[in-house]
Amino acid sequence: MSQPVEVDAVVIGGGIVGASAALFLALSGKRVALLERDFFGSHSSGVNYGGVRRQGRPLSQLPLSRRAHEIWGDLRAFIGTDGEYVRSGHLKLARSDKDMAALVAYEEASRGFGMQLQLLDHAQLRARFPWAGDVAVGASLCADDGHANPRLVSPAFAFAARRAGAQTFEQAHVSEVSHDGQAFVVRTADDQCFRGPWLLNCAGAWAAQLAQQFGEPVPMRAGHPAMLVTEPLPMFMDVSTGVEGGGIYARQVARGNCVLGGGQGFPLDPATARPGQAAILEILRNAVELYPPLAGAQAIRTWSGTEGYLPDREPVLGASSTQPGLLHGFGFAGSGFQIGPAAGEALAQMVCAGASNIDLTPFSITRFQSQPHTSSPAIVVPSGTDNVIPLLRGRSNP
Amino acid sequence: MNEAKNGAVSEAVNAPATSVASTVIVGAGPAGIRAAQTLLAHGLRPCLLDESLRGGGQVYRRQPEHFKRSAKALYGFEAGKAESVHTTIDQLQAEIDYRPETLVWNAESRTLDTLHNGRAAQVPFKHLIVATGATDRILPVPGWTLPGVYSLGAAQIALKFQGCAIGQRVVFAGSGPLLYLVAYQYAKAGATVAAVLDSSPFSAQTRALPALLGQPSTLAKGLYYRAWLTAHGVPVHQGVHLHDIQGERRVSGVSWQQGNQRKNLVCDALAFAHALRSETQLADLLGCDFAWSALNRAWLPTRDAAGRSSVEGVYLAGDGAGIMGADAAEMAGELAALTLLGDLGYRIDRARSIELQRQLAAIQRFRQGLETAFPFPEDWAAKAPDSLIVCRCEEVSAGEIRQTVAEGHWEINRVKAMCRVGMGRCQGRMCGLAATEIVAHASGREVACVGRLRGQAPIKPLPFGVEAEQ
Ligand SMILES: Cc1cc2nc3c(=O)[nH]c(=O)nc-3n(C[C@H](O)[C@H](O)[C@H](O)COP(=O)(O)OP(=O)(O)OC[C@H]3O[C@@H](n4cnc5c(N)ncnc54)[C@H](O)[C@@H]3O)c2cc1C
Ligand SMILES: Cc1cc2nc3c(=O)[nH]c(=O)nc-3n(C[C@H](O)[C@H](O)[C@H](O)COP(=O)(O)OP(=O)(O)OC[C@H]3O[C@@H](n4cnc5c(N)ncnc54)[C@H](O)[C@@H]3O)c2cc1C
Repeated sequence: MSQPVEVDAVVIGGGIVGASAALFLALSGKRVALLERDFFGSHSSGVNYGGVRRQGRPLSQLPLSRRAHEIWGDLRAFIGTDGEYVRSGHLKLARSDKDMAALVAYEEASRGFGMQLQLLDHAQLRARFPWAGDVAVGASLCADDGHANPRLVSPAFAFAARRAGAQTFEQAHVSEVSHDGQAFVVRTADDQCFRGPWLLNCAGAWAAQLAQQFGEPVPMRAGHPAMLVTEPLPMFMDVSTGVEGGGIYARQVARGNCVLGGGQGFPLDPATARPGQAAILEILRNAVELYPPLAGAQAIRTWSGTEGYLPDREPVLGASSTQPGLLHGFGFAGSGFQIGPAAGEALAQMVCAGASNIDLTPFSITRFQSQPHTSSPAIVVPSGTDNVIPLLRGRSNP
Repeated sequence: MNEAKNGAVSEAVNAPATSVASTVIVGAGPAGIRAAQTLLAHGLRPCLLDESLRGGGQVYRRQPEHFKRSAKALYGFEAGKAESVHTTIDQLQAEIDYRPETLVWNAESRTLDTLHNGRAAQVPFKHLIVATGATDRILPVPGWTLPGVYSLGAAQIALKFQGCAIGQRVVFAGSGPLLYLVAYQYAKAGATVAAVLDSSPFSAQTRALPALLGQPSTLAKGLYYRAWLTAHGVPVHQGVHLHDIQGERRVSGVSWQQGNQRKNLVCDALAFAHALRSETQLADLLGCDFAWSALNRAWLPTRDAAGRSSVEGVYLAGDGAGIMGADAAEMAGELAALTLLGDLGYRIDRARSIELQRQLAAIQRFRQGLETAFPFPEDWAAKAPDSLIVCRCEEVSAGEIRQTVAEGHWEINRVKAMCRVGMGRCQGRMCGLAATEIVAHASGREVACVGRLRGQAPIKPLPFGVEAEQ
């Protein structure tokens, strides 16, 4: 057996959360090993819709999301590329007075987090975004939110970690984890071995297994948002968009392609997924009423990913309650791309300083310990998060 | 209800209860048509789906109904076979559920997604024969995106289907048997064939002779086309490396390298391809296992000698699972149908099945010979200049692919994610193989070792606003 590589921290999972944790650890001078089973950012982090938005998140996430917003603002300095990130604005459309009322309520509740939401009535919406379909009665705009290319951004975090001194490994499947009393011993399927006092569980939809091993089972399930992209079209919108109450979301990239999401896919195997037939057709049929310029456009590709969801749709982020040195960061419920860098930074701060700057109590793994897992509670969908969490299919009520 | 009527008696104790729609064939080329015919002869009425307007597939593509050219004029030596395939589909039409102009764009569990006249529908199946055929294998050259440049197949379709030539002075380039055939068909139709530029050296064809003698009639036809071209003054150059295609707004000429000589020629159209590639997306979406085929230099869905894929109830026939040509496609279609029937408990002619397998094996040996005669130009990737556009949909150059490899990427899906090669309208059907060659060469790996582009729905673009049957 190979001699273990001694490090300060081992990070399992090279998605945006694990890679940014590795980056911030390396920037703080820690010896860190980042282990990714597949390729960096090849799962949720690299295949997501690309929405970089704070608007619509539950209030509990806004402090982290605000910090993430600063990191995104400085993206090139952190990862050496802009990853096609643009602060285009995020426009959340309402299709009914009831949905508009929800947007109004959210605007009020979320003041103080620096989002400066602008509520637009029907006339204002038409004046500013003439492309919007008539089914939209109003909208809420977060002018500083935006979108980015996840295929480029997420791997770039891992490459930046490597440049900052992290040891980074692709095709490194962690197959065995143990604790020898002083440190974790982490083995990969190809028999590499790492040893360190800190272990970061950033294994995305696959993280529950490790939590379970350390006596902290979590009721996580996998979800598979369906995605679709069009051929390049004449530019008609620059904002990233979503719909109150869920359904379809869309953005247009500089090359002209529109990326749309909505509905669910299904798993092909534990690591790959594909959009469902119904989801693809629902997007193709229903998108035009919200985005009339899509009429006659052609969809050229569809895809999905594998994302972890906990019943309350909040991530697990913070220290293990059973094993000192073990930190969790997973279960981002369809909206971890924007917040991922701040989550990674918070984990790094816990290693370096014993605590993170931002309070992570709402995300503690202990919230599952009192509940028996067999009778998982009815899923309460926090208002506003659902435009990237397509548990809801198709249209909401008009 | 037991469908084993028309005299076909089930061997099984429990008669197979197969509903009409539950046996589906995708592709109405020679393979699909023979499969349909065989199923029907045993009393099973399949549903036959094909994207094109009229059945016949690639090789026996039919002209529009109001065109009245003779089969001899269109298909030459193969006129008899073409007519037989066409007659068969015409006769089958009334008895099977034949759906032309129906694209299969996706498959999930036991259901196919189709698109017909802007309407989406679903076709459930229990048993499926995939006979999706092949299209040209393209190795881009500088200038290949100019108007006036066609694939060999497209040039042939223009002739067979629309009855028009792609230009006045046409150059045919690349390699493979189709090269000489299409050049011959053009010259016969009265077009000026300025030259045939074959990338394979003459010596290769001499080397291949013993294997090719296994199919004397096919070999004879190939030799005939060549001889005919030479006899009619068409220059044929061998061992040619296509350098570039020139032109401002349209093709005006071509230059190539032969030995250490550079040569030029004026032309107003050019058609090129390096043999064929199988259409495998549907098999991929169906979850079939794939394996590397050194002979085809491609990842292909695996099938057993009788035509079964790795997925239960899914059978593969024809060029869609490896290039073997039209005659083999007919046999493989019949064979797959017999295998399916046998698996369902129908009484089938086992001797016929064995005979078909024997003949297909012989053709496979001949195919080996063809590969020797028209070898893949292994130096293509090395010679492709950095400025060459490999992916025309996304305008990704060979240099950009090499740059991505230089950044440490070597797996083709990964390279695609990084530099967009294969991400456009054609979804890599046109550029995927070329990109793979560049990645392999640049990363110092075998082509078999850089992965396989994953199939993603839709197989071809789908319009917004489709109506769908609920
Ligand atoms: C289709 C889709 C659309 C989305 N849209 C948005 C959006 O618009 N905006 C937004 O903010 N969020 C979005 N999300 C959510 C977001 O992508 C995720 O929340 C985020 O990427 C999670 O990052 P992660 O690092 O936790 O997980 P992942 O990116 O999944 O990374 C986890 C990694 O761990 C690796 N791993 C697992 N087990 C092991 C092991 N044993 N050994 C080694 N490695 C292992 C995996 O291979 C994987 O790469 C979307 C998600 C999906 C799937
Ligand atoms: C242009 C061209 C010319 C050729 N000429 C010759 C020749 O002269 N001699 C020779 O031996 N071989 C020739 N070939 C090789 C040819 O592929 C085979 O010989 C023969 O046509 C194979 O028959 P097949 O039934 O397997 O497939 P094809 O004849 O290719 O038929 C496949 C059919 O499936 C349909 N299809 C494919 N995908 C879908 C989908 N997703 N949904 C719905 N329908 C679909 C296609 O429209 C097509 O009609 C040629 C190939 C090409 C491309």
